[in-house]
Amino acid sequence: MVTGKSVVFKDKGLPYLLLAPEVTLTAVFFIVPAVQALIMAFYREDAFGFSRTFIGFGNFERVLNDAQYVQSIWTTLAFSVAVAVITMVLALFFASLANNIGKKAIYYQTIIISPYAVAPLVAGVMWFFLMSPAVGVVAYALRLLGITWNHAIVPWQAFMLVVAASSWQRIAYNFLFYLAGMQMIPDSLLESAAIDGSGPVSRFWRITFPLLSPTTFFLAIVNTIYVFFYTFPVIHTLTEGGPNNSTATMVYRIYRDGFRSLDYGGSSAQSVILMAFVMVFVLIQFRYVERRVYY
Amino acid sequence: MISDSTPTRVFRHVFLVIGCLIVIVPIYFVFVASSIPLPAIFQRPMPLLPGSEIIQNYYQAIFHGGRGLGGARAIGAGVMLQNSFIMAGGITVAKIIVSLLSTFAIVFFRFPGRSILFWIIFMTLMLPVEVRIVPTYGLVSDLGMLNSYVGLILPLAVSATATFLFKQYFMTIPDQLVEAAKIDGAGPMRFFSYILVPMSRTPIAALVVIQFVYGWNQYLWPLLITTERRFYTLMIGLGRMLNAGDAQADWHIIMAITILSMIPTMLLVLGMQKTFVKGLTEADK
Repeated sequence: MVTGKSVVFKDKGLPYLLLAPEVTLTAVFFIVPAVQALIMAFYREDAFGFSRTFIGFGNFERVLNDAQYVQSIWTTLAFSVAVAVITMVLALFFASLANNIGKKAIYYQTIIISPYAVAPLVAGVMWFFLMSPAVGVVAYALRLLGITWNHAIVPWQAFMLVVAASSWQRIAYNFLFYLAGMQMIPDSLLESAAIDGSGPVSRFWRITFPLLSPTTFFLAIVNTIYVFFYTFPVIHTLTEGGPNNSTATMVYRIYRDGFRSLDYGGSSAQSVILMAFVMVFVLIQFRYVERRVYY
Repeated sequence: MISDSTPTRVFRHVFLVIGCLIVIVPIYFVFVASSIPLPAIFQRPMPLLPGSEIIQNYYQAIFHGGRGLGGARAIGAGVMLQNSFIMAGGITVAKIIVSLLSTFAIVFFRFPGRSILFWIIFMTLMLPVEVRIVPTYGLVSDLGMLNSYVGLILPLAVSATATFLFKQYFMTIPDQLVEAAKIDGAGPMRFFSYILVPMSRTPIAALVVIQFVYGWNQYLWPLLITTERRFYTLMIGLGRMLNAGDAQADWHIIMAITILSMIPTMLLVLGMQKTFVKGLTEADK
């Protein structure tokens, strides 16, 4: 049941009228296409759309038996774990440093959150430039250290390029949530621990970090969903899924199979699999949100 | 507040400065590259201080653009900036208006189907454009909305985030206000436009930032539906210029456009920092 006000207006038609734009847009652009994707996943369609044949779970079988597709699921999950861990550790570190320094914190906050305003693609272009074997400053510095960097050839380097671009951009968001979480912790708790002689590091591990666990959990889920969808611009423009499929994520495969190879059935089956993944994450988040309310 | 020992204070500031450098240094290099001639970028190492070509490079970026695939010129950043503004602005305005109206109905009225309609709206959260991309593209194409601003905006104009933020905010509005409005004989729409909307300035401002950045950053959707250069947004234009390959790309122009595409969203986020931070950390929880 959805909560509402106890004092309400009375009108029979008006609420439906107010809801009409949102419901219409949702139905036309969200629900109908999602249902169509669901239906298309069970048909084989020729590339010109002249005929289609019901093939049951045929598309799913074909897709899941494709070793490259299964690899793309693992690649997507690996990206999620790498980006979530890197951004959360760094954001937590910077937020805990900024939390107890008074008014100056706002200057640091202003700079650290500014990548929030930088588009994922733009962050990708920036890191691609810095690490380009032909012109990149970072690639040049790495060469001086004896590391040859070429993300066009070496799979793990292409993977790391995408991780670097996403993480650089994403620390901002995590930092904001950790800082907001820390500001909710009552000073009295930390003060009494300080009086008992515990230093800043032990206060962090014994009080701050455990009390932040709802934030940590929330960020883990949100970062995962973020990586699922927002690594696409970087991958599409800069690595094209390669080299050797090392950066082909699930969303990239949906795009490539649907719009390049015109395999609508396969692409739709992949969409349904992706939808299932997202739904699991959203449901986990939901359960947690509900539990939080009863604290 | 607990006062730190001096070493702890120094530790905090040293590492926060390092954190800031991680953010600033890459942007600085991009800026330097946008201010020097192309051959200078290919020097090893590239110059570390801004050069003298800044006006020429930005002029060329805004009015002519860089080389794209096969030497074909992309379009100038001026047009792309305009398209990005129209798309991001359109998405922002549409999302806020649509969500304000629907959330008003959900919170301030009782009517059959209220719960179901709310859950239908909520489902959109689970269906980002990527998971329904092929049929949505087919639909928009059938409606004749390829290469149009309406096609860029409408399919992205519904937002579960906005609905949630407004709902949370509306629930904090005291019942007495509604009662007072009713006693004074104000109808629901009068209450909406004279009391509710003006009171909701804070969540509206936060959503302006969140949704504008969302619209500005969109990539997959404009990639599919804009095939004519005059509808390219900054993200699409940048992508097309990079397809030339990194040894032949017009790096000085691409870097100028990279800087140009950061400026509007950065001004918005930093200019409205306080409202935005408050709105964001409350909206997503």
